[in-house]
Amino acid sequence: MTVADPSALEPRLQPSGWLRYFSFSLDHKVIGLQYLVCGFFFYLVGGALAGVIRTELVSPIADFVSRDTYNEVLTLHGTVMIFLWIVPVVNGAFGNYLIPFYVGARDMAFPRLNAVAFWMIPPAGLLLISSYLLAGAAAQSGWTAYPPLSLTTPAAGQVVWILSVLLLGGSSIFGAVNFIATVLKLRRPGLKMMQLPMYCWAMLGTSLLVVLSTPVLAGVLILLSFDIIAHTGFFNPELGGNVVVYQHLFWFYSHPAVYIMVLPAFGLVSEILPVHARKPLFGYTTMVYSIMGIVFLGLIVWAHHMFTSGTPPWMRLFFTIATSFIAVPTGIKFFNWLATLWGGKIALNSAMLFSCGFILNFVFGGITGITLAQVPFDIHVHDTYYVVGHFHYIVYGGTVFVIFAALYHWYPKFTGRLLNEDLGRLHFLLTFIGFNLCFLPQHWLGLNGMPRRVAEYDPAFTTLNQVSSVGALIMAVSTLPLLLNVVVTALRGQPAGDNPWNALTPEWLTSSPPPVENWHGEAPLVAEPYGYGHAPAPALAETRP
Amino acid sequence: MQIRTAITAALATTALVGTGLLVGSRVSLLPVAASTNAPPYDSLFQVLFSIGTILFLGILIVLLYSLIRFRRRPGDVAEGLPIEGNLPLEIVWTAIPAVVILFVGIYSYDIYDRMGGMASLDHGGMHHGAMDLSGMDQVQPASTPPSSGERIWGGIGSTQAYLDQTGDGRAVATAVPPLPVEVTAMQFAFIFHYPDSAITSGELHVPVGQPVQLRMQARDVIHAFWVPEFRLKQDVIPGQPTVLSLTATRPGTYPVICAELCGPYHGGMRTSVVVHEPEDFLAWVTQNAPQVSA
Repeated sequence: MTVADPSALEPRLQPSGWLRYFSFSLDHKVIGLQYLVCGFFFYLVGGALAGVIRTELVSPIADFVSRDTYNEVLTLHGTVMIFLWIVPVVNGAFGNYLIPFYVGARDMAFPRLNAVAFWMIPPAGLLLISSYLLAGAAAQSGWTAYPPLSLTTPAAGQVVWILSVLLLGGSSIFGAVNFIATVLKLRRPGLKMMQLPMYCWAMLGTSLLVVLSTPVLAGVLILLSFDIIAHTGFFNPELGGNVVVYQHLFWFYSHPAVYIMVLPAFGLVSEILPVHARKPLFGYTTMVYSIMGIVFLGLIVWAHHMFTSGTPPWMRLFFTIATSFIAVPTGIKFFNWLATLWGGKIALNSAMLFSCGFILNFVFGGITGITLAQVPFDIHVHDTYYVVGHFHYIVYGGTVFVIFAALYHWYPKFTGRLLNEDLGRLHFLLTFIGFNLCFLPQHWLGLNGMPRRVAEYDPAFTTLNQVSSVGALIMAVSTLPLLLNVVVTALRGQPAGDNPWNALTPEWLTSSPPPVENWHGEAPLVAEPYGYGHAPAPALAETRP
Repeated sequence: MQIRTAITAALATTALVGTGLLVGSRVSLLPVAASTNAPPYDSLFQVLFSIGTILFLGILIVLLYSLIRFRRRPGDVAEGLPIEGNLPLEIVWTAIPAVVILFVGIYSYDIYDRMGGMASLDHGGMHHGAMDLSGMDQVQPASTPPSSGERIWGGIGSTQAYLDQTGDGRAVATAVPPLPVEVTAMQFAFIFHYPDSAITSGELHVPVGQPVQLRMQARDVIHAFWVPEFRLKQDVIPGQPTVLSLTATRPGTYPVICAELCGPYHGGMRTSVVVHEPEDFLAWVTQNAPQVSA
């Protein structure tokens, strides 16, 4: 297969201007931005739900919303943030926008499948957040939907939740198939696998995880819906069902889901750091192997979420060891990023600040992750606020920080204008302070006896919960400079030129924003995407008409 | 210059490791220790906290140093050093974490073994019988006949830590057989039943120093039995009996908390465990045992 024929894009189906972002566009760049904006909308929804949770927890008694509503809110918060914000944005948005550039293609391998994958998301998301109106009650058994609780809570809301997650999982599989095909089959002639930018490898590994594990989630949720609708007994102990089997199948997807949220972020950071440090990415080959090591290990660690369930001793032991060893390939990546910064010419701009925030937050979350991998340690803190603190350090302090870094880095490519740096730094400062204030105290709360998913708690924990809620408020406020920045930049932003960062990766070797066919002429062959310091930058003029 | 760098690096590493160990040995973030399981848990916590502190401070210092030392000055358009990798360095930072992880794994396995985690789950089950709560509607599990040999699906089978800590463990173990307690979890309460004395209570009462074996089953949805001061937790699962063995070491009253989302009143599903001196426990048993006419 060679580079996709631009005429296959059917220009007559492509409205121009703003309208195309609301159309069934086949252009991977339009689809990428559709994912980004749609995801950000759901980020605000999920953030509002988090606001309800943190408001309820200001006082130790359940007094802000009803208990049923509280459980609905925490269920929707988790589901929205994972399936509608982080997974679609870190995979769908940046993956669709960047991967064709990185392999030297004019579009993804299957443009129509790509558009279908995106357009499954808005209806699934609207279905989910409107389930309170549609079904009278939203799902209230947590994003994990463990039976038998999920069999006893209001059935309609739970079924709507399952339907929505199935749609979102389907979208994710379509996207993954497309990424695998594009990276493996659509590379420009002469471009070798080991010359690809690291984000391609990250997306290849992530997509393998998606196609291997998401069907298992779909299967288990379909069985769960049979139990709810048709009163089968797969997971109903009264009918001889086994509730722990559900947990195994659920976590067989949902642990890899953590890597589906984190590996693409690793890839994006590997693109951002070399550009703003003016240095080659340190240890390219080991970075590739460590991604694949994480993919393999990520598939055999799921039962560490079940150390206090009905797991026999040998199983606890095996999953402790397998989980601990993920720290080795992950550690390699962090040491390599530090080595990338060492001896560079570091520009402390918003993209770099958010990337460094990611490194610190993720290392912290990784360390608490190693503690949680140890069975005896986990037996005390499992299902407590210690775990809540841990995974927010991974998915928010890790991935969401990278999403913001990526936004400052690629916004000039998307629009041709630079985001305002002062507002960007303010955004970083508020996010970093608010985030740590919100989630750091939660570790102590968990160690000392506060379980997760509760609307009421021991009054001894009031002060730290209030500190945490103040942090959440600062996080909410931190969204304002970002939104203001986007508006101000749209009105009178500084023109960026085609390559404001003097970057070497292929998406910068074309105009900003790029033409529909990505390059006016031939796609450039970028053999050294990180050749800072020694490779002469490819002349821009050669790639333009 | 090479030697100066090496000495600086060695001094910095020593200082870092020293700080980590010092912080780890002084850290106090946990509630009081009230079971034999808690002291080994707390030493595991200190070891992990030391390693975590060394790693986090090390990375923080390198990152901040790089950002300051290698920041781009205004007007500087030069590129960074074209270093693409360094194999010996990569081997070092693969091998050191691997060794540390291996050490942590072996150490936590040892702790888990000392907690009794590797003991057979059915240990002691034959003597006292397992609960058979299937299909029961009555709150009084006393009337259910004990059926021996029912499968235990998970948990901690014996309190090995107690044996280790008292030195002459075997003698103690034979002298003090575990006190069996049947735990039933339901929305939104725990019920504790003592088959030996036929007491049924909403609070757990245990004597200090004697092993206790909780045999647990849920009636509706999954719950979890958690006592932070004991550093122990076990899910209570409908259809799959689990077991949790513990030995309390400190008299007092501690919270029993449900740690698995179980419905709207999950946050309110709490009770207490009262750890008595042995003679006080006997008094409590005498006071509360139902009067059975022989």
